[in-house]
Amino acid sequence: MANNALGLIFTNLHEENVPELVRFRTMASIPYGGRYRIIDFTLSNMVNSGITTVGLMTTNNYRSLIDHIGSGKDWDLARKDGGLILLPPFSEKNDKLYTTRLEALSSLTGFLSRRNEKYIVLADCDGVARLDIADVLEYHESKNADITLVTHYGTVGNRADFMLVDAQEDGRITGVKLTPTVPKGTKADIFINYYVFNRQFLLNMVEDFVSHGYTSFEADLLAKQVKSLKVYRYDFKGYYAGIDSMSAYYKHNMELLDKNVRDELFGNRDIYTKVRDSAPSKYGKEATVKNSLISDGCEIYGVVENSILFRGVKVEKGAVVRNSIIMQDNIIGANTSLNCVITDKNVVISDTKQLSGCSTLPFFIQKGTRL
Amino acid sequence: MQRRKECVAMLLAGGQGSRLYALTTNIAKPAVAFGAKYRIIDFPLSNCINSGIDTVGVLTQYQPLILNEYIGNGQPWDLDRTYGGVHILSPYQAKTRSSWYEGTANAIYQNMHFMKMYNPEYVLILSGDHIYKMDYAAMLEAHKASNADCTIAAINVPLSEASRFGILNTNPDGTIYQFEEKPKVPKSTLASMGIYIFKAEKLFKYLEEDEANPNSSKDFGKDVLPAMLNAGEKMCSYEFEGYWKDVGTVSSLWQANMDLLGERPEFDVGDKSWKIHSRNPLAPPEHIGEEGVVKNSMIALGCEIYGTVENSVLASNVVVEKGAVVKDAVILANSVIKAGATVSYSIIDENVTVGKNAVVGVDIDPKAEIVVLGRGITVADGVTVSEGQKHEKDILA
Repeated sequence: MANNALGLIFTNLHEENVPELVRFRTMASIPYGGRYRIIDFTLSNMVNSGITTVGLMTTNNYRSLIDHIGSGKDWDLARKDGGLILLPPFSEKNDKLYTTRLEALSSLTGFLSRRNEKYIVLADCDGVARLDIADVLEYHESKNADITLVTHYGTVGNRADFMLVDAQEDGRITGVKLTPTVPKGTKADIFINYYVFNRQFLLNMVEDFVSHGYTSFEADLLAKQVKSLKVYRYDFKGYYAGIDSMSAYYKHNMELLDKNVRDELFGNRDIYTKVRDSAPSKYGKEATVKNSLISDGCEIYGVVENSILFRGVKVEKGAVVRNSIIMQDNIIGANTSLNCVITDKNVVISDTKQLSGCSTLPFFIQKGTRL
Repeated sequence: MQRRKECVAMLLAGGQGSRLYALTTNIAKPAVAFGAKYRIIDFPLSNCINSGIDTVGVLTQYQPLILNEYIGNGQPWDLDRTYGGVHILSPYQAKTRSSWYEGTANAIYQNMHFMKMYNPEYVLILSGDHIYKMDYAAMLEAHKASNADCTIAAINVPLSEASRFGILNTNPDGTIYQFEEKPKVPKSTLASMGIYIFKAEKLFKYLEEDEANPNSSKDFGKDVLPAMLNAGEKMCSYEFEGYWKDVGTVSSLWQANMDLLGERPEFDVGDKSWKIHSRNPLAPPEHIGEEGVVKNSMIALGCEIYGTVENSVLASNVVVEKGAVVKDAVILANSVIKAGATVSYSIIDENVTVGKNAVVGVDIDPKAEIVVLGRGITVADGVTVSEGQKHEKDILA
């Protein structure tokens, strides 16, 4: 059934939650988990569910995304029929760039109406999970729903852009609350930004809404009309890492040091990412590595503890890296010590430096910094 | 103008590699795993693409399934091309004959039509048995500059080992005046690397003649090259300096793996100026546990290390449980070393399980022999496998 669904990924939404990380890139291309980008999880979920056509909605800063995705072959999406389709902004002259999901979709009606798939799966790149979309589609079909929202019972975090749902026993949604004022830490059914629509329903709705001058999907459709439509929620019970702040980014990356979390995300060895042909990682005679994730292409001659090293990181002799996330191609100089630090790509830290943040407020070093 | 390729490479990958015992029971030698994520054939294929040669025929014969599957359409090496690219050439049936490849020269002869499709000026002959990084383009330049009919890559070997190789005796200008196959008393230390560049028309001519000769063993080293030399063709040596290792025996394969270790390794696979391309495992970063110890080792993606790993090379998704010790060993993909087990001075093939507290191999000792455990076998808990044993079947308690 999943090959009867079209994937559509919004690569730029929710960027305001992690401004440091998206300064040079999209939400979708934020590095995650040592050798991945957030979109790898979303795309793999789609591909592993049998979806073979995926459109990527972009607005700006998408060079790193294009570099990562390429032709889509690393996700098995370099296809003659469908495959990976980049959908950069398209608008007639003098139209302003779209800002909401609805505006984005209205610019896509041509593309969407030319496809044949019965369903459309919409997903954002603000979370990391291993979601069986085929199962969501089956649920959607069994309920004969117009829309299915995937929710996860979790904790309300820092973000402003979230939505809670109220559902009946049978899954039918009776109400949604957009950014309600609930205390941080409240447990609730939170929408995790995966939707399933019937394609024709979506097209009709977008046309209808645009003619009425509506701009927001969530506020104008879900909040106002949910009762008159067949909107169901799919309760996702697995591991979900919502990336809604820098501290959440740090915390969830660190959760990968837990074998149970790793087994759930990676146990089936089916999360795809860009192939870089790095050499296997190398550990020196004096290396000491404890409770850490080390990616290919790393060379370690110092100490690494409770940390995540992305591809191609070099840790020189005497360097000590603790509780830190070190992104691609960093060099950590001899006798330098890092604690609770997040370094973006291509950072070089020279010898004998001391840098420290704390676990609730990790110290962030911008891409390409020479220190 | 007719489309053509200046140089086509022909890679002999049909060898059995019988001196690798269980490691080649089900796979051809060029498909043998090496260096945590590579297979031997990654090296000549990467050398080709890095040298600008994008048309490669791979001649397979012995146990080709895994090799064929591995090469696929050649995409990992950028060899999926609309014109050229990598092509698997297996023995085939023809109207007047059908035969297996008999000897290296016959294998190339049988694929003359493949080479002629590209109308090449030069043909590069390679084997899939060696670990090395070499710029074939530089060799081709030398071949053109000398206007030789055949250029043979050669490497200086220690005099004590020279009698194991085909030795080239050369004049000061690099032209070859004599071949000696495994001479008892070598006159020179210049060993043939089994890498040849021919002017295509000369190669075709001598292959035809060799094929017509009933007394020929249809081998390049024994028949074709001596015939060309006797006929007075210009044959030159091309001296290669650098790392070059025949990994045809268990101990040389083990040693070549060890040569990757260290801050300044004998052989560097991480050299970004000469990338070694391969198919990549789909696995997360490796995890070193709270009690894990990893020293002087190379570890591939997906490994989970809770024990001790020293001076070893571990391929993807290997698990080393708590209290297990892996020393001076090569462990291939998906194998599991259970708690308390010891593995030393061994090559463990893919999907092997070494049971709890089992002892495999002895401490490294140049006089001792390396243990080989074949694909998919299980070593029962507590069992001892002594030095030099080669196993293809489960080892029961």
